[in-house]
Amino acid sequence: MLLSIEGLTKRYPGVVANDDVSFQIAAGSLHALLGENGAGKSTLVKAVYGLVRPDEGRMLLDGEPYAPDDPRAARAAGVTMVFQHFSLFDALTVAENVGLGMTERVRQRDLSERIRTVSRDYGLPLDPDARVGDLSAGERQRVEIVRCLLQDPRLLIMDEPTSVLTPQEAQILFATLRKLSAHGTAVLYISHKLDEIRALCSRATILRGGRLVDECDPRTTSSRELAERMVGGTLATPQLRKRDVGATALAVDVLDQPPASPFGVALRAVSFEVRAGEVLGVGGVAGNGQDELLSILSGEVRSRIGCVRLGDRDVSRLGPTARRTLGLSTAPEERLGHAAAPDMTLTENTIVTGARRMGLVRGGLIDWKRAAIAAAGVIRSFDVRTSGPHAAARSLSGGNLQKFVVGREIAQKPDVFAVNQPTWGVDAAAAAAIRQALVDLAAQGTAVVVISQDLDELLEVSDRFVALNEGRLSDPVPTAELTVERIGLMLGGAAGGPMPEAAVA
Amino acid sequence: MIVLERRPAPSTAWQGLSPVLAVALTLVAGGLMFAALGNDPFAALRAIFWDPLFGEFAFFFRGQLLIKAAPLILIAVGLALGFRAGVWNIGAEGQYIVGALAGAAAGLAFYPADSRLILPMMIAAGAAGGIAWAMIPALLRVRFGTNEILVSLMLVYVAENLLASAAVGWLRNPDAVGFPGSRDLSRWGSSANPELIAGTGAHWGVAAALFAVVAAHVLLTRHITGFHIRLTGAAPRAAAFAGVNGGRLIVFCFAVSGGLAGMAGLFEVTGPAGQISIDFASGYGFTAIIVAFLGRLHPIGILLAGLLMALTYVGGDNAATSLGLPVAAISAFQGMLLFFLLAVDVLTHFRLRWRPRGVAA
Repeated sequence: MLLSIEGLTKRYPGVVANDDVSFQIAAGSLHALLGENGAGKSTLVKAVYGLVRPDEGRMLLDGEPYAPDDPRAARAAGVTMVFQHFSLFDALTVAENVGLGMTERVRQRDLSERIRTVSRDYGLPLDPDARVGDLSAGERQRVEIVRCLLQDPRLLIMDEPTSVLTPQEAQILFATLRKLSAHGTAVLYISHKLDEIRALCSRATILRGGRLVDECDPRTTSSRELAERMVGGTLATPQLRKRDVGATALAVDVLDQPPASPFGVALRAVSFEVRAGEVLGVGGVAGNGQDELLSILSGEVRSRIGCVRLGDRDVSRLGPTARRTLGLSTAPEERLGHAAAPDMTLTENTIVTGARRMGLVRGGLIDWKRAAIAAAGVIRSFDVRTSGPHAAARSLSGGNLQKFVVGREIAQKPDVFAVNQPTWGVDAAAAAAIRQALVDLAAQGTAVVVISQDLDELLEVSDRFVALNEGRLSDPVPTAELTVERIGLMLGGAAGGPMPEAAVA
Repeated sequence: MIVLERRPAPSTAWQGLSPVLAVALTLVAGGLMFAALGNDPFAALRAIFWDPLFGEFAFFFRGQLLIKAAPLILIAVGLALGFRAGVWNIGAEGQYIVGALAGAAAGLAFYPADSRLILPMMIAAGAAGGIAWAMIPALLRVRFGTNEILVSLMLVYVAENLLASAAVGWLRNPDAVGFPGSRDLSRWGSSANPELIAGTGAHWGVAAALFAVVAAHVLLTRHITGFHIRLTGAAPRAAAFAGVNGGRLIVFCFAVSGGLAGMAGLFEVTGPAGQISIDFASGYGFTAIIVAFLGRLHPIGILLAGLLMALTYVGGDNAATSLGLPVAAISAFQGMLLFFLLAVDVLTHFRLRWRPRGVAA
């Protein structure tokens, strides 16, 4: 056994993040660590990587006691980690970035050579002289991986590595990880995407509420079983109802909308229509214009006349309040600070978007009683777990706040509802509830636009699928006709027509 | 090692307690400072806090209290609206001066007419002057994205020069040969802003300050504009998402704070000060910033904070004359109050925890 974890316990004020967790990772194995948000995965790997000191229990590396004081000690012992969020400097080259992370001093030329060697050996195409700012998310991840591999690790920890990758990029990553495993490096792979774990890993450790609930071989366990062990209950898939598709409710035709912020993405060619009762899924890797698309729908960013039409009305120049009044509701990706004010109560956060359509303001004066009733209504109908309407938005868990934010908009019975990343960082049970709510909303005749990076989600809820790539939107494809391969190609920007296989790599 | 740990929600208890603790800490540190200056700290604190209210000459000081508190409260209430929204008007002192100049000029244009309409007209002109001066940083910020802190602050010094030129030039009393300063507005029946209730010091500015406190409280707790102000301060992106027009909100906050500061200047120049003079600017506009924060940016809190700050002014004067304390020590004492308030404020959002060294979170 490479790493043995024995009775590891870590307590934080008010919560036990890890409760007597014991398991072993075999040398050269591809080992999955599964669990919902808040199950204790992060704390556990932070303990292994020396970022957290456990309160109880011990770890053995190759049979020797292992208790790293900091990540440097962990790296020295052969344990490295690739985080979900990269720590790279955009203005520096790949080699310079890698050099910054190294303890030893290496000449830049030698380093470039070593990077080339490693990237060739493991099938990770990477140019050491490229500027990181010019790289895609997948390439940036390769920089982080190469940085780890240069230290000849025996255990590589990867935290949600595919959340930023297209399916094709993910395949390249999996090939690399298999090679690593064949060379004897163990990989501890954290994810909640069950299909990829089933395809990649030979062993899975499942955490729930800080406790180890199960260990299994994911190759012989169904995704559903894995998910249910993760959640500790049975999972509901959205009940698709027969929907009558009506007239066009929203028509968007945007050409060359410059980004509102210096770091934004220009919307180059985005045109689509959504009909009443239909769910349009917008797929795409993060940072390809999703936020910008939502903000021209919400009205936070105005567009040129004729770009956004609601029914037969041009709303391109209208602000968020006017659009909401006309029946166009939105929910941005960032829950805290954008969709909701963290320090304000749920009642106050109901007023944020519900002032008009819920009749909470009359003659400029706020009707607090009605607002509290409206908030309580959202809490009740969407099963938001909270102490009540007076609770601060910040005190809710991610899933519950998202249920509240989505519920707040749905309660206003919009004609069109656009939502960005409805279940991002949300636990599986809440995600299922939110997806069901979106499907139900469409069944009641609302045109729904779901922007998401979770392809499974889009396949589950949407009638038609479009991909957003570098500010360009592909032609819509009925979801029923989609294959994972086709989606991947659409996400990569090769929209619509026939795809040569060579375009993938 | 003591570490700060973020509270899941801001502590309501500490929100109320922190001003009290800040005042207590100021008393201790101020007492130490007075002792270090060679004075009896208890006598000094007594001269500042007790004598003006209950001492032998309290009848004189009590009137002074409202005279000092009214402009502080009036200005601070306006500033607090902006501060709540993250709009930083630091130049209330300038708006106060320009308000006084505009109001005085508007009134003196009719000198020596006798009409009851002149004072209300002057009040409107004072507010308009303050608003006009405040619009400079507001519009520059909205149109060109300049920093309103710097622009509003620098305009204070421009306003001070305007004041000097008015006092020795275009508003100088033509009948007072050679002396700088305007006509005495408090002695001209049409423009006088007299004491309304004898012995209290209460003039129209006091009434306006009370009205402003109530109006601001209603605005913040009941009105959608007040809600948008709070929302913008709490989460600017959420405010944009809600449909708040950021530019319009900035203009609104500057207009209210500038208008109230201008009115405060007008009430001062027609009442307690009496005339436009070179030393008319007395720092109310800056002290009001302290008052606004001491009052937790809450109208009722500002009312109490304004009275407390006025007490330190009046009591400080008393201590300076009766005990010979340096004026700078009084200023330092007032500064301590803000310092401790901001420091203690941390406890509203964070709690202190003891954690053994060497454990990372």
